[in-house]
Amino acid sequence: MHTVTRPIIVFLCLGLLLLLLFPVVGSSFYTGLVTKIMILSIFTISLDLLIGFTGLVSFGHAAFFGIGAYLLAILFGDLEQINYWWSLTLTLSLTGLAALLVGWLCIRTSGIYFIMLTLAFAQMFFYFFFESPHFGGDDGIFMMNKPQINLATRQLVDLDNEHHFYYFVLAWLVGVYLFLSMILRAPFGHVLIAIKANEQRVRALGYSTPHYKLVSFVIAGTIAGLAGFLEAAHTSFITPAYLGWHESGMAIMMVILGGMGTLFGPVIGTFIVVLLQDFLPEFTEHWKLIMGAIIIFVVLFLPNGIAGLIYSISNRFSSREPGGREG
Amino acid sequence: MEISFYLIQLLNGIQYGFLLFLMASGLTLIFGIMGIINLAHGAFYMIGAYLCYWLTGITGNLFTGILLAIPVSILFGYAVERLAISYLYQRDHLYQVLLTYALILIANELQSIFWGNDVHSVPIPELLRGSIQLTANQAYPVYRLFISGACITLAVAMYWVIQKTRLGMTIRAGASNREMVQALGININWLFAIVFSLGATLAAFAGMLAAPVNSVYPGIGDNILIISFVVVVIGGIGSIKGAFIGALLIGLADTFGKVLLPDMASMVVYALMAAVLFWRPQGLFGKV
Repeated sequence: MHTVTRPIIVFLCLGLLLLLLFPVVGSSFYTGLVTKIMILSIFTISLDLLIGFTGLVSFGHAAFFGIGAYLLAILFGDLEQINYWWSLTLTLSLTGLAALLVGWLCIRTSGIYFIMLTLAFAQMFFYFFFESPHFGGDDGIFMMNKPQINLATRQLVDLDNEHHFYYFVLAWLVGVYLFLSMILRAPFGHVLIAIKANEQRVRALGYSTPHYKLVSFVIAGTIAGLAGFLEAAHTSFITPAYLGWHESGMAIMMVILGGMGTLFGPVIGTFIVVLLQDFLPEFTEHWKLIMGAIIIFVVLFLPNGIAGLIYSISNRFSSREPGGREG
Repeated sequence: MEISFYLIQLLNGIQYGFLLFLMASGLTLIFGIMGIINLAHGAFYMIGAYLCYWLTGITGNLFTGILLAIPVSILFGYAVERLAISYLYQRDHLYQVLLTYALILIANELQSIFWGNDVHSVPIPELLRGSIQLTANQAYPVYRLFISGACITLAVAMYWVIQKTRLGMTIRAGASNREMVQALGININWLFAIVFSLGATLAAFAGMLAAPVNSVYPGIGDNILIISFVVVVIGGIGSIKGAFIGALLIGLADTFGKVLLPDMASMVVYALMAAVLFWRPQGLFGKV
């Protein structure tokens, strides 16, 4: 766990400013790409809550992303007019419920069992959508319309407009970031961080750690569902591949590369990985070879990710504050 | 017809279970003794299948193909352990997952570079090509019996090695208390390398046996990897006996699931896993 020092705040504000200005200069293609990256960032931040803060290595987090996307498409895909407020509320509560069920079974185990179990449950959901004839099977399903965000009768945001959609997702990203940093500053978050450091000691202090882990799992699952909801609204097309274990693997990669245990790290990691996924295939058909090599490099030489680098640089600048970096 | 039909399904389920056992026993040993979660295990299955296809094509015979592929798999497993896995012993599970995931990406790309992305079939040798007539219109292929026979032989051999030899004693000791084995002066690096290449070879051998039945295609290792995880979780991590029971359970559940509940066949396996874990979170034979 890192505290957010002043250089980091400056860095984050600069990043936000860049994101705010980007649609002004970016082409339509890149605006869409950055929108996708920001949606995925919401997803990887939620995974970081599990991996980096609670110490739960979930290898099936993509399941909740996919469930969120599928729920929107299944429940509302045929409607002429989709009410944003209702569809969001229903999608998120059902995804949260799924996370509660899966979490309840998985939390009873730890370590390697937890990894394998989350993977297996994600695979179960994958096959559910893959084989189900009602939900499009392996072809996936289309959505006719995007949700409409109205307050009373006035339209607040027009999701068919790509700039509107961009800022809408950016607002959600900032919102999720602030929400999670608020949670992590609260006593609840301190318990989570302590669980990652030493669960037995936290239990000895009288905390019911399974409950804390379960709540963390449900929050992360629900936020992943939110990212899925946004993705479905963005692309209007959902396939079972969203739930596949390769997605979960890449999400872990994004978190580690960016730097786990920091909320902004996963955003950096997501940007880098998605841009690589976008550029590398132009050079070679076998781009996954390069991706694999990069992952191995990160595991061996950069285990704290890019955020770790940023922290060590910023600590050099703020050497007057020696407690800038905690445990 | 009914009874012979179910008999065939039963035999198919058992045969699939045996193959899963070859996969899962390596996976469970590698975890139990080395403390490594090895996602690349499916890659060894894939490599075994492709080696079998390649060498059978060159030599013209499945048996020589398999005989040549086995030493290659042993060497390959050893190389992967030395070059990649050995850096992970002191690391968190998270990094093990990530690095072995990268190995999958690399193995899949290498497969695509060397052998292309087509589906290949491997011919069954003349000797095993027939089938046993059960009723007028139900027959059971001999090759599937051969798979089961080979797996049983291997399982018995493994049982003998693990229970009766000095190496097996060391392996069992390593599974129950790694530090003590080290303290008694056994070269743990050597033990780890043997266990890993043994496990990798078992997985590759499963791939070789299955190649003529399932044919050989990209991504062949991915599905069986996840199912092997389910087997290991059901049986209890580190337990060979658990892997055996779990593999048969899953093999039968999967086969009969496809017959009885075709719409949700792949779900049956995971539902079984959830049920077992609900009852025993540490698996059937796992230590608490």
